[in-house]
Amino acid sequence: MPTQLKSDVHTSEDAFRTEVRQFLATNFPDELKGTGNMMAGLDGPTDENPVQKKWREAVGGRGWGTPTWPKEYGGGGLTKGQARIIEHEFAKVGAYNPIGGMGVMMFGPTLLEYGDERQKLEHIPPICRGEIRWCQGYSEPNAGSDLANLQTFAVDKGDHYLINGQKTWTSGGQWADKCFAIVRTDRSDKHKGISFMLIDMDAPGVEVRPITMISGTSPFCETFFTDVKVPKENLVGKEGQGWTIGKRLLQHERTNISGGGRLAGMMGQSLGDIAKKYCETGGDGALVNKVLRDKIADLEIRWNSFLLTARRAVEESKTQGGVSEISSVLKKVGTKLAQDRSELLIEIRGFQGLGWEGDEFGDDELEDVRGWLFGKAATIYGGSTEVQNNIIAKRVLGMLDHQ
Amino acid sequence: MAVLSEEQEMLRNMARDWATKESPVSEFRKVRAAGQPQAYNADAYAAMAEMGWVGIIIPEAHGGSDFGFLSAGLVVEELGKTLTASPLVATTIAASAILLGGSDEQKAKWLPRLASGETVATLAVEEGTHCDPSAIETSVSGGKLTGKKAFVHEAHGASLFVVAAKDGLYLVEKGDGVSLTTRKLTDQRSHADIQFAGAAAEKLEGGGDSLLGDVLDRARVLSAAEMLGMAQAVFDTTLDYLKQRVQFNQVLATFQALQHRMADLFADLTQMRSAVEAGLQAVDSGFGVARAATIAKAEANRVLHAISNQGIQLHGGIGMTDEFNVGFYLKRARVLEASWGSSSYLKDRFARLSGY
Repeated sequence: MPTQLKSDVHTSEDAFRTEVRQFLATNFPDELKGTGNMMAGLDGPTDENPVQKKWREAVGGRGWGTPTWPKEYGGGGLTKGQARIIEHEFAKVGAYNPIGGMGVMMFGPTLLEYGDERQKLEHIPPICRGEIRWCQGYSEPNAGSDLANLQTFAVDKGDHYLINGQKTWTSGGQWADKCFAIVRTDRSDKHKGISFMLIDMDAPGVEVRPITMISGTSPFCETFFTDVKVPKENLVGKEGQGWTIGKRLLQHERTNISGGGRLAGMMGQSLGDIAKKYCETGGDGALVNKVLRDKIADLEIRWNSFLLTARRAVEESKTQGGVSEISSVLKKVGTKLAQDRSELLIEIRGFQGLGWEGDEFGDDELEDVRGWLFGKAATIYGGSTEVQNNIIAKRVLGMLDHQ
Repeated sequence: MAVLSEEQEMLRNMARDWATKESPVSEFRKVRAAGQPQAYNADAYAAMAEMGWVGIIIPEAHGGSDFGFLSAGLVVEELGKTLTASPLVATTIAASAILLGGSDEQKAKWLPRLASGETVATLAVEEGTHCDPSAIETSVSGGKLTGKKAFVHEAHGASLFVVAAKDGLYLVEKGDGVSLTTRKLTDQRSHADIQFAGAAAEKLEGGGDSLLGDVLDRARVLSAAEMLGMAQAVFDTTLDYLKQRVQFNQVLATFQALQHRMADLFADLTQMRSAVEAGLQAVDSGFGVARAATIAKAEANRVLHAISNQGIQLHGGIGMTDEFNVGFYLKRARVLEASWGSSSYLKDRFARLSGY
């Protein structure tokens, strides 16, 4: 880069950094400092207090929660460099990004790629402002790993479709305003008979029942559709294009499950530091149980390479564009390591790491137990580990190319 | 693959091209058949030096290109893919020691000779069967170095040794008071125990107390880069084989058990690449080097170990034959795994660096 150009870039970056700092000073309330919004409205009900609402509106109004999305649809219209500045400056003062959820992580990027102009203008701005919660209508009782076996059917009624069927594992379905779903419009072709549609969750005929999980929580639902009317303009892409669009969305999902802040957040404290609180250490500060120490080091080394892999995927996607083929590897490796970590945490804490409830257990201990149980889902949802292996073998390694 | 600069892309493509055309595994077979103790083709090494590869980490003022460790790693990785036998890694490691600890005079004297390929150099640390830089007995008195070094890489081709003594690193030229005992290891490359009996030694005075540790970290990331190339080559060869070999009237690649095993190995290889590239980049940035180098070599050990074993298993019986190359990778893999820290050594070091 010529020196002149380089210094121009630096000047404009410095100016932007100043702008972000001023924005934070004016808009970010101290009382929200350090409060998490890890799932950004994915898992919880809408229980926003006025202070949180004001913060969401401040960030959403500028499009800074979705900084790289186009400005004409409510995004920030910023460069990736500027987005990183926002991320850094927010982190520095303990501010969270109040704009999130499935609309940001999965649906938005997919609609920006496949939606028509009217759909983008209608659906993207509310996502950028954090006003609308989206849920995912993908899995069905008989369409889990074999997702394309889905049977929920949309009949063409001229100006609208009439949808009947059942979806399951609808994350946050009980709190969602809208659902992006893949449904069948043609029974004669497994993959080409699938279409991608947008359904209002408050439309007549939509019924949602939360499912209680082994962790004791109910983040997933069963969703029933009985003669639900969906206007024709809610079809994304063409009829029969749903499998292609739906798979694209899954790439975003995989990258988010593994590479996003979620897992990194869950992995907060070093296992070694936690172990030093629960287990005996010698004079040199090292854990006395060398077998346990070895297990911890082994996991943390692999976890570090995973973080490096996630970072590399981001770097590569910047130069190559789009979501990289590495997303299946990230999902497969990240979820497995997270599970291994939860199991090791139990070994480190002993019975104290298996508490279900009670004041004798710390909040972190109880949260980790629920996380351990809930985490078992991570290698199943978003395409199970076995499905990821199939994808890697087929799409990346070309092991079926000769057929 | 890390995001590379234009120069780095060119360098890597040049190395890939050269290794594929001029130095395929058949060249290693020739070296092995020749049975020379230095175990490399001197003409090939001269060509590498000519292309500037020995001088990649050496400053321009001393005849190098100063492209850094990530760039050196790119070349080493390509050479690792074809098991190219050369003292490139050993000499680069020795050069890094002189760069970190040498006086201006020592740098001016040695670095141009290393960069040009005129002098081959190597690092001599271990005194026993394992990596243990805390157990060094070699000592220096009145400029004379005395001690025994074990399993020194590229000892036969080297005319300059960077030797770890109790109180620091020393430069010792091959000559009076230096005698080699060849140690033939599975990789059939050059290794030797070296007896130093009052050999003339010149201290590397710079670099501080951490000099030996810093040099070992550089040895770790460069060896890890070679291992990355080897792992990639075994993986690619094995995948090709699975796509060709027919049993039960179908190619092996159609068996899901094998698909999933390859997916596992691919994920491992992806992890290894991230760790190794980050290790090389850490040396270039100077930030968090010990930790990054430990992770890089630990992951290189773990993954190359797995891939070299599966390479044999998935090739089946022919993988056991000398005619197929896959066994060569296994035999070199274990030597590199043992170099500069085995898996257990590195995990222990990682835990120590992390404070538990």
